[in-house]
Amino acid sequence: MLEHVELFFKSIFIDNMVFAVFLGMCSYLAVSKKVSTAVGLGAAVIFVLAVTVPLNWLLDQYLLRDGALVWLGPEYADYNLSFLSFILFIATIATMVQLVEIVVEKFSPSLYNSLGIFLPLIAVNCAILGGSLFMQAREIPSLGLAFNYGVSSGIGWFLAILAIAAIREKIRYSNVPAPLRGLGITFIITGLMGIGFQSFGGMLTGDNEPPEPTDTTTVETIEEKEIKKEIDDEEKAVSYNEVINR
Amino acid sequence: MGLLSKKDANLILDPLADNNPITIQVLGICSALAITAELKASVVMSLSVLFVLGVGNVVISLMRNIIPSKIRIIVQLIVVATLVIVVDQVLKAFAYELSKTLAVFVGLIITNCIIMGRFEAFALGNGPWKSFLDGIGNALGYGVILIIVGFFRELLGSGTLFGVPVLGDPIAKTGLYATGYENNGFMIIPPAALIVVGIIIWVQRSRNRALIEEA
Repeated sequence: MLEHVELFFKSIFIDNMVFAVFLGMCSYLAVSKKVSTAVGLGAAVIFVLAVTVPLNWLLDQYLLRDGALVWLGPEYADYNLSFLSFILFIATIATMVQLVEIVVEKFSPSLYNSLGIFLPLIAVNCAILGGSLFMQAREIPSLGLAFNYGVSSGIGWFLAILAIAAIREKIRYSNVPAPLRGLGITFIITGLMGIGFQSFGGMLTGDNEPPEPTDTTTVETIEEKEIKKEIDDEEKAVSYNEVINR
Repeated sequence: MGLLSKKDANLILDPLADNNPITIQVLGICSALAITAELKASVVMSLSVLFVLGVGNVVISLMRNIIPSKIRIIVQLIVVATLVIVVDQVLKAFAYELSKTLAVFVGLIITNCIIMGRFEAFALGNGPWKSFLDGIGNALGYGVILIIVGFFRELLGSGTLFGVPVLGDPIAKTGLYATGYENNGFMIIPPAALIVVGIIIWVQRSRNRALIEEA
């Protein structure tokens, strides 16, 4: 239970899709002129992320990752199809978006009217593919957590677009320097909001977690790999020498 | 530009400044911001996009008459995804460390709006050669901004360029650091990229007043 709560707040505030990793920036900038449209798009993003992240988690777990095909029989244990993840993830997302559009149109015309126009836009929103790719990269352990991750990062994105749309509605009354109007000032405000959101970083790093876990771990793994490679090289050199000596 | 007619040359030159994909068309922002803390990553990202957009535009342009318009988005996504897999595998094979820094952002080239935007706006309506030039031009325009942002963020944030210290040693206090200069840690954190791009937009629009938005 605790890891659900932790993941939930972490994905909303610390690893916020917009402010920490800049995902879905294009639609974030293009559709944030009015609060009402921003709410529609934000809701659609939450919905699609909640559907596609668990689906892609299943794909990753039972089809793509190293040894995932072992359920077919022991002779499949050596297969690693993870190089196919991009194409399978994006195909899942595009199909799901189309499917969701058709189903919603059929069963809930009122929801379709509020979400409908945004759904095709979402297939190419990087926040959606990014959600699945981060889910894979962070090795989320269970289906429930994957669902949680989808919903909470969707909520994070929703909050971000809602905030910027509200600010942009108000900023119309301010005297912004002409060359900065529109896009320029939006970028700078987003940057300032991002700095604000960075302060959430201290929220969950109470005891044993280092401040920048991702960076250090990658460096460590790279170093380990290098050392391993060197050892391998040395071994090879030794064996070559032996061959030559013979 | 002896090889190209004036019209063709404009296809390449326009996106570099007055119709820049990032600062004017507002496409492909995500990756532009996330990976520009180092110049090296910016350059590699630009090259990857150059390859994907150039080749992708040609492929889509060749298929433009046989793709049913209802499923064109899925077809486009599959074409891009295939090209991106190639890029990803090449990076993993020849630049493993760099592919670790770029991480998921290579995959996100798929949903980079520049690619889909150019497919929709240009490759579906033009021949392969023109589409190729358009792809190269837009990818270069994207690369220019990436490299400018990467240059300033790495120089001001870590005092290095391509990982080589150019301002002296911050610990031994040599070079510029002897005069009391300090690295600006602010430039390393992600939101700084947004502010740098904002300033680029500001400079560009002050120089060319025709680009100013009415808001």
